[in-house]
Amino acid sequence: MNPQTILLYDGTFDGFLTCVFTVYDQNISDVVIQHYHLDHNQLFSVIEDVITQKHLAHRVWKGFKEKTTKNEQNDFFKAFLSEIKGVENTLLSYMRSIFNRKSIKTIDFSNKDILKISQVARMVAREKHRMEAFVRFQLTKDEIYVATVAPDFNVLPLIIKHFRDRYADQKWLIFDTSRNYGIFYNLKTVEMIRFEDKKGLDPKCISKNHNLQESNFQELWNVYYKNVNISSRNNKKLHEQHLPKRYWKYLTEKNGM
Amino acid sequence: MSFDRIKEKLSILADAAKYDVSCASSGGKRANHNKGLGTNTGMGICHSYTEDGRCVSLLKILLTNHCIYDCAYCITRKSNDIKRAAFKIQEVVDLTINFYRRNYIEGLFLSSGIFKNADYTMERLVSVAKKLRLEENFNGYIHLKSIPGASDELMREAGLYADRLSVNIEIPTVSGLKLLAPDKKHEDFIKPMKKVKDEIIQYKAEKKIIKSTPRFAPAGQSTQMIIGATGESDRDIMYSASYYYKEFNMKRVYYSGYVPVLADDRLPSLGTEVPILRENRLYQTDWLLRFYGFSVHEILNESNKYLELDIDPKLSWALRNLDLFPIDINKADKRMIARVPGIGLKSVHKIVQARTFRKLDWSHLKAIGIALNRAQYFIICNSKDFYKKDHSETILKRLILKTSNSKYKKHFNQQLSLFS
Repeated sequence: MNPQTILLYDGTFDGFLTCVFTVYDQNISDVVIQHYHLDHNQLFSVIEDVITQKHLAHRVWKGFKEKTTKNEQNDFFKAFLSEIKGVENTLLSYMRSIFNRKSIKTIDFSNKDILKISQVARMVAREKHRMEAFVRFQLTKDEIYVATVAPDFNVLPLIIKHFRDRYADQKWLIFDTSRNYGIFYNLKTVEMIRFEDKKGLDPKCISKNHNLQESNFQELWNVYYKNVNISSRNNKKLHEQHLPKRYWKYLTEKNGM
Repeated sequence: MSFDRIKEKLSILADAAKYDVSCASSGGKRANHNKGLGTNTGMGICHSYTEDGRCVSLLKILLTNHCIYDCAYCITRKSNDIKRAAFKIQEVVDLTINFYRRNYIEGLFLSSGIFKNADYTMERLVSVAKKLRLEENFNGYIHLKSIPGASDELMREAGLYADRLSVNIEIPTVSGLKLLAPDKKHEDFIKPMKKVKDEIIQYKAEKKIIKSTPRFAPAGQSTQMIIGATGESDRDIMYSASYYYKEFNMKRVYYSGYVPVLADDRLPSLGTEVPILRENRLYQTDWLLRFYGFSVHEILNESNKYLELDIDPKLSWALRNLDLFPIDINKADKRMIARVPGIGLKSVHKIVQARTFRKLDWSHLKAIGIALNRAQYFIICNSKDFYKKDHSETILKRLILKTSNSKYKKHFNQQLSLFS
């Protein structure tokens, strides 16, 4: 029996695609792909570090694109961003079945990998949509609209376009506090940024740095939020189903004065 | 602007607008021009939810709650003793822009009590929209209320700036309207609807010839009916809803369970419970009509004037038509699969694609995500193990209710115990 091979990569999409290339290149049959942060003290397995190589990643992606629809490509990327433990292996097995298939007209939803990817992609899409909804900007003294979030999945790359299109005439920053990076729009382009010192993104620090009118508008928003509720229809369960508690800490209307 | 005064106005005029249930921000695709503010992707976003579980997508306010009419069901009616307020046009513009920039909202939903006359009021609403579009380069969503009786010229201008226009018919029957809103005429509601419909048709025709024809109300029009204020049946409501869908190409008809806010002999007394479950069943029926290929008389007719409250309308229809089932999931027509209780449109789509690869059995169907507790009695698939049809309508219904876990179950415990 051949020993199992474990490929370790850096967590980037290109890194993952480089692993796929390696699998095909070296014709490895029994393989596990995982982030190098994760535990890999397996007895009897071969461990290999894969160094991300963009041109190899591009070759794999190009091949994948020829065999898939736009929707499938998006779902694939979304499923990757879920960062669910072991998703790389489902993605690999999915990719294998894609490279073998003959037609792209119909999708085999009775294949468990395909179904799994489409379900995970839906979870990620829902989180992306939630971020588009629940981001709350606060205007600071230096005229930047700032928001902090902590999404369940790594969705910032997916929301760039939405916010760039919508807020084209204002500077904004959305910072993912659990993954420690943010996206910043400087009126021209969106860039990924990290901070040496994150204190500036502390809620207290942001409110100290408010623009003059900021707290007024926050208060007006809270007044509005309170007044549109119809209390004779109150439905706590439905409320929390739509607006899960883990998002409340970022919502202006849930942290009223 | 004086902040405290704005705050007071906002609380009065948001409170008065909240009985309008429409909150859709979808359908009016609008790109961001010249690096202005805002987009509308056509998808609609709910930015928050209030404690009643309703979505907050738009800044929904009245321009004023002064009103010359005295409609019994309306909280801002003339004879009601409440605080009155009015926004200035610029104040609404500033609020909208500042809320929008903070990602609180998708846009503005502006309605109004009727002061002076219909045209005077409509003109104010239009000028808010115009200012937002032309001065602020705002590309977010704008929903304007059409004021019954407003002139055709104003309605046309409204459609050039707004994404959606709506007139609330409020009372589903003409006789009910006469009883509760004696000063309003049914024709006054119909006229702006007809104008909007005609303009949209004309826009679509001209667009084919001249590409730069200015857009007209790209998200179409909608209306709303109050449920349970007068004694109308579900059949009355849905027949009149399908009339509006057909006659005026409505994008949506909303059903709003009556919230007793005023004491009046003509209305349910204060403290009457809001008919939330009935409202829910009406929305389910609405969906069956618009997306599942049902026609209204299949669900509601002379012998079935009311929807069953304890089961959903599709299940109710299927139980009345047991002779059409079971169907073979691996062979049946797409439209027929959509009629099976417990199978939604997304699952239909997946089933139809998956079955070209292999014959589907229960485990496939379960993984796809259909509600087997209902569907199993109505389908057969690639398995010898299926439900043998030998139960009557009532027994089958009881069987399904026993195994289902409706969030409304608490309402029906009594009825259930009667049977068992």
